[in-house]
Amino acid sequence: MRKFVPALLAVVGLMLSCMAAAKDITLLNASYDPTRELYREINSAFAQQWKSAHGDNVTVQMSHGGSGKQARSVVDGLPADVVTLALGYDIDAIADHNLLAKNWQQRLPDNATPYTSTIVFLVRKGNPKGIKDWGDLIRPGVQVVTPNPKSSGGARWNFLAAWGYALKQPGGSEDKAKAFVRELYKHVPVLDTGARGATNTFVQRGMGDVLIAWENEALLAQRVLGKDRFEIVTPSITILAEPPVAVVDANADKHGTRAVAEAYLQFLYSPQGQEIAAKNYYRPRSAEVASRYASQFPATHTFTVHDLFGEWRQAQAKFFSDGAIFDQLGPGS
Amino acid sequence: MSARPRQRKPGLPRRLVHVVLILFALVFLLLFLVLPLATVFVEAFRQGVLPYLSAIREPEALAAIRLTLLVAVIAVPLNVVFGLAAAWAMTRFEFRGKALLGALIDLPFSVSPVISGLVYVLLFGAQGWFGPWLDAHGVKIIFAVPGLVLATVFITLPFVARELIPLMQAQGSEEEEAARVLGAGGWQMFFRVTLPNIRWALLYGVLLCNARAMGEFGAVSVVSGHIRGLTTTMPLEVEMRYNEYDYVGAFAVASLLALLALVTLGVKTLLEWRYRGELAAHAPGGH
Repeated sequence: MRKFVPALLAVVGLMLSCMAAAKDITLLNASYDPTRELYREINSAFAQQWKSAHGDNVTVQMSHGGSGKQARSVVDGLPADVVTLALGYDIDAIADHNLLAKNWQQRLPDNATPYTSTIVFLVRKGNPKGIKDWGDLIRPGVQVVTPNPKSSGGARWNFLAAWGYALKQPGGSEDKAKAFVRELYKHVPVLDTGARGATNTFVQRGMGDVLIAWENEALLAQRVLGKDRFEIVTPSITILAEPPVAVVDANADKHGTRAVAEAYLQFLYSPQGQEIAAKNYYRPRSAEVASRYASQFPATHTFTVHDLFGEWRQAQAKFFSDGAIFDQLGPGS
Repeated sequence: MSARPRQRKPGLPRRLVHVVLILFALVFLLLFLVLPLATVFVEAFRQGVLPYLSAIREPEALAAIRLTLLVAVIAVPLNVVFGLAAAWAMTRFEFRGKALLGALIDLPFSVSPVISGLVYVLLFGAQGWFGPWLDAHGVKIIFAVPGLVLATVFITLPFVARELIPLMQAQGSEEEEAARVLGAGGWQMFFRVTLPNIRWALLYGVLLCNARAMGEFGAVSVVSGHIRGLTTTMPLEVEMRYNEYDYVGAFAVASLLALLALVTLGVKTLLEWRYRGELAAHAPGGH
């Protein structure tokens, strides 16, 4: 409810500001790959809400792709009014080109992340290798599928989750975390470039014993591809994946769509938006909605990027830049 | 021992070699051409005819089909005009830089399509050379239809010209000169003499150009921006649907592309068969 009030205020304010006849408004939302179903539902719900409140017709167009690639496209001129990407670093990259305010993450509640997910394991039916927690991934004979963190946003969450697990073990240290992650990537037979590619490798091509994946991705894969083929294992501790959203100021102002774009993102925080997020396997921020979907989202200990690594920029520089920790691991060697 | 028996009794081993080679070629074709093509249709119809039909009747699929046709309708005529002009220049005139022009025509064949797309982003993207100017004047090229057309024109540029050049070279300009001497104007000569002489090669080039224009993925992917229903052509739609676990949808759209390839192949074979004399005589080693 707390989040609904500002949304309502914004909507009322807009009602007063545009008393003109019904207009056709178009928004472009540049998102990452697995959000298609989510935003298909959000878009039609938002359009209905906006129509009944203002009488204007809102069409939200979607562009989907790898998170980093989408950020690059917006920098290169993709006229997205809003971006809904996989990690904050990608939106930072857009902010670096002055297309949106540097403090974008403070402009919306909860780190500008209306829904979250966690990193879980997808294993084959019956869990033949007995995977229970992160430690089981580096047992001899276990093959792990995860994409390349240099190119995939999702894979960076996987990497940081594994790192955080090792760090948080009794007696954990940076060195031990590094050793654990190095060992983990020795169990990866192929590093796909993107998260969907990794899922297809695991699911379609039948490679590997365990796929490290976003929870929403694992739940979707399970629903689409058969509950009888895969099981989800939630580890004892994992990272809270926060895929953030932001209005691209420069584009929204140019198109004159700022008000709608802001209301659109606010809608994600509304009870209806939260409900749709939960239905599409993203963990809602709203405790009330979350309680109704408790069976879908088992409780687990989570840490955030901010808890362990500070800002995304710092995590990026420390782990994934050229010559940083991931490169030092020499995966595949 | 090794050479003489072969000379004396060539029958069996040679026939064996023939059979083995033919078998090998057939198995190879079956594995690498027929099977994948069949897979596309099997996967597309996996859940029956109705899901197939509804998959290709989705607004997004229809928009992708429309866009693909639009891009081809613009790109192919442009390259027909360019191809004719280039072939004309290459075969009827001597000038400095002719070799360079020939090399430039072939450039799209030798450059990776992804690079071709990237070049346009670097030129016309918001951070590119002309980006700020285009932006100030409200002209959208990248992540819009003009970008898709540009990339497609670039990729398909050699097809028409490369079909025409060898033919026009072989035909020479005697007939055209005769027409001029007998009093024909420039256009009259072109439509009455040149065009009839090259029509089948031209048609052949258009066919190949069109097939590539509709099927191009790499370059188009870079400049598309993947806006659903606006800037996704059929090959991009196939990829997106595959990534969304919509396998029936992906293969349904792919089957349309495969169908296009089959029609192209059919028409091409028909042309070759019907006008084999003309094509064989003038176009040594086409594509």
